[in-house]
Amino acid sequence: MPTIPTIFDTSEPGRIAGVQTPKAGDLTGLPAEALRVSKPVLPEVSELQTVRHFTKLSQQNFSIDGNFYPLGSCTMKYNPRGAHRAASQPGFLSRHPLTPAFASQGLLKCFWDLQETLKTVTGMEEVSLVPMAGAQGELAGGLMIRAYHEDCGDFDRDEILVPTAAHGTNPATATMCGFKTREIKVAADGDVDIEDLKRLVGPKTAGIMLTNPSTCAVFERRILDIADIVHDAGGLLYYDGANLNAILGKVCPGDMGFDVLHLNLHKTFATPHGGGGPGAGPVAVNSLLQPYLPIPMVGKLNDEYIWLDENYFPLTIGKLSAFMGNAGILIRALAYALMLGREGMVRVAEFATLNANYLAAELSKAGFQLAYPTRRATHEFLITLNREARDLDVRALDFAKRLLDFDMHAPTTYFPLLVPECFLIEPTETETKAVLDEFVCAMSKIREEAQEDSDIVKQAPHNQVVRRLDEVRAARVLDLTWSAD
Amino acid sequence: MLQSIGVANIDELFDEIPDSVPVANFRSIEHSLTEMEMMQRLSERAREDELSLCFLGAGSYDHHIPAAVWDLATRGEFLTAYTPYQAEASQGTLQLLYEFQTMMASLASLDVANASLYDGGSGLGEAILMAVRSNRSAHSRKIVIGGAVNPFYVKTANTLVRNQGIELVQVPHDNGLFDPLQCDVDDPSAVVVQQPNFYGLLENVDAISNWAAERKALLIAVVNPLTLAVLKPPGEWGASGADISCGDGQPLGVPMASGGPSFGFLCSKMKHVRQMPGRIVGRTLDANGDVGYTLTLQAREQHIRRAKATSNICTNQGLLVTAATIYMSIMGVAGLRHTASRCHENTNYLVAQLEATGRAQRAFSSPYFHECVIRCAGNVDALTKTMISDHGILAGYPLGDIDPTLEDCLLLCATERRTREEIDLFVELFSRILKES
Repeated sequence: MPTIPTIFDTSEPGRIAGVQTPKAGDLTGLPAEALRVSKPVLPEVSELQTVRHFTKLSQQNFSIDGNFYPLGSCTMKYNPRGAHRAASQPGFLSRHPLTPAFASQGLLKCFWDLQETLKTVTGMEEVSLVPMAGAQGELAGGLMIRAYHEDCGDFDRDEILVPTAAHGTNPATATMCGFKTREIKVAADGDVDIEDLKRLVGPKTAGIMLTNPSTCAVFERRILDIADIVHDAGGLLYYDGANLNAILGKVCPGDMGFDVLHLNLHKTFATPHGGGGPGAGPVAVNSLLQPYLPIPMVGKLNDEYIWLDENYFPLTIGKLSAFMGNAGILIRALAYALMLGREGMVRVAEFATLNANYLAAELSKAGFQLAYPTRRATHEFLITLNREARDLDVRALDFAKRLLDFDMHAPTTYFPLLVPECFLIEPTETETKAVLDEFVCAMSKIREEAQEDSDIVKQAPHNQVVRRLDEVRAARVLDLTWSAD
Repeated sequence: MLQSIGVANIDELFDEIPDSVPVANFRSIEHSLTEMEMMQRLSERAREDELSLCFLGAGSYDHHIPAAVWDLATRGEFLTAYTPYQAEASQGTLQLLYEFQTMMASLASLDVANASLYDGGSGLGEAILMAVRSNRSAHSRKIVIGGAVNPFYVKTANTLVRNQGIELVQVPHDNGLFDPLQCDVDDPSAVVVQQPNFYGLLENVDAISNWAAERKALLIAVVNPLTLAVLKPPGEWGASGADISCGDGQPLGVPMASGGPSFGFLCSKMKHVRQMPGRIVGRTLDANGDVGYTLTLQAREQHIRRAKATSNICTNQGLLVTAATIYMSIMGVAGLRHTASRCHENTNYLVAQLEATGRAQRAFSSPYFHECVIRCAGNVDALTKTMISDHGILAGYPLGDIDPTLEDCLLLCATERRTREEIDLFVELFSRILKES
């Protein structure tokens, strides 16, 4: 496939999509100094040129609809089209965000239902749907933890504990909340090192941020002990819901001692990832943190649904978006939850875990090294290609690039950092056994290639639209916008 | 599969979860629905909320969206892809983002744009954090919010910045405008001004830009991207131009959809790029020397820099940016200019007709664009309520909630979608309802 010229390269001065151009309006009376003189660089193309250009661009993407996409920690499962259709109805799409609640009962009912569903799913007291992504949910959680301690007159708690293997958003969030991050060691079996935790926890501890199953893709077995240790020291527990898919319907974070959490609806509730967003990261809390939830939420007053704003939650951490977060994503998540129902939710965790354990077992039998061979896989698992890197001089990055030539997206690479040359593999519950078997075949084949001629793997990909890209050059010779010369 | 794993049943796969953690109880969740049943339920709710006419703006606008925009944006290859970590398998999304960055930077007349943030409100918060990091000459960590900046944005930004010791100092508007002379902050890190401002008024952006530059404060321009086809872009304000521009991309092909998902955009001068949050795409070469695209400057971001990252943001609003890029391509300069000027003419006509009823007049006398505040002879809350309940019409935003001096005022706009007949109908109803109240 040839590379595609930019849309600017196909521009011709003066060409317009006439049918899309309204009659010009009258600008007389506006002060001249307020008006634009320079001409912006926008395409001058026909509608067909636009349609063809972006159709061709779309064909250069891997996607769930087209490819196996076992990107660990991202839960790339099938996004039901029905949920997308449901949210795309005119009554939802054309609703202005400032329409009063009395004329928005349909939408508010949806939000109420989703709040109730997520309370059950998480085992928490109260839910706010507003955070627009997991990272914003984390921020909300961190700010609530801070607000709680300050309300208790406890101003010295300025440290957040995270395992060394944590998602990068955890420490970045702690900084945005005005906390310092302290990292706890991970033990050889993948669980948090309890002795290290005991050493770090204390009167400065505001809280701990944990994912469970952890970012090492194993269930944190001593979670209740961890909760006791942190609570005894006066800290709170934050649950990063990135891996909730693994335990949906099995156990609830609220029963594991967590005080506050976020969910990634674009993961567990299958809303489309859209090339990097939008997501949604609702937060759920127990009664301690309820007063601080971000606004607005939906309440019920005499059978009418109402917005709960600062008048109802005077201690709120505040607004996180101009209006009501990624409302359309919330509708998609509700549609998905309705279609799954009680039975389906349990099936999610069961089949996600079955698929991951099967794939782990088959890869292990094929001679690949599991990072935690004595542990169960959860909805995902880690392999290390350390041996291949040493013996064959092909790294995890090379395997990842070569997998693309087999028409499969690569798993997450080099995360968490403490496992060298790793793949974090999350097949999800919506893949068939046949697809998993193909992945094992592809991995074995790539290793065979590496044994015969490692350059085939090291120079991959070979049959994508581009060969391996020079990222160093991209950062050194910054070319961030098109220009005519 | 179970045999391969070596277990007797699926339950065994969960045997590392301690028995002391209780089994989840999902009995309150209803049984599964078929797609048809789910659609029936949600269709009923969507229909319940349908209204017929919108004269409300205040940050979200009822524009026409060409049919091709969402037909293309929801192709599975765009809709169900993820962040382009594997660049070679994501050239479609990456090239699109590069084209988007070009269009946004050019609209703002600034050097660079990122691949988007969540929305306009949180985008302003990120712009402020970026300015504080970038402006090493100021020490106050105070940010001047000039006059009528979107109050929803200011509230949101405050949530995001106040825990880092940053203080937002609101300078009250003077007759709807920002007057820097009424600002008593000596050493601001940044000044935020909106053009057109929340009340639709045109600020004297050249003078404000120069005033900020004299104080070595960075200027953050909050703008409606559609209006930049007509109005002087932030990069050309005053002697040196705004440093950072941000806002909400909703007017560019994104449905109002209750305010989200939409996207926030962020543009800046090149000298601030290393303090920019969020994804940025760069053009580079592949192993054969052919052109390709990849995420770049990732050392700013949380997955590399962790606690020292420019932001904790991980996603962008990719799908909405996809729609906006297609929208801007179809519309081109002429399409955007004409849409913006048509909105202005329609709003002008609306305001003139309302004033002619004798029951309304403009609240501020200085020039406005695209949106306008009118003072009504009568109860604004009752008016807007009756308009919705009896006629399905959104009659503007009552400003009393955010500014007590504007208790009898409405913020109104008539986009390019409003016909003369619709505007005339609205004016007739407006007059009649106020008369009866």
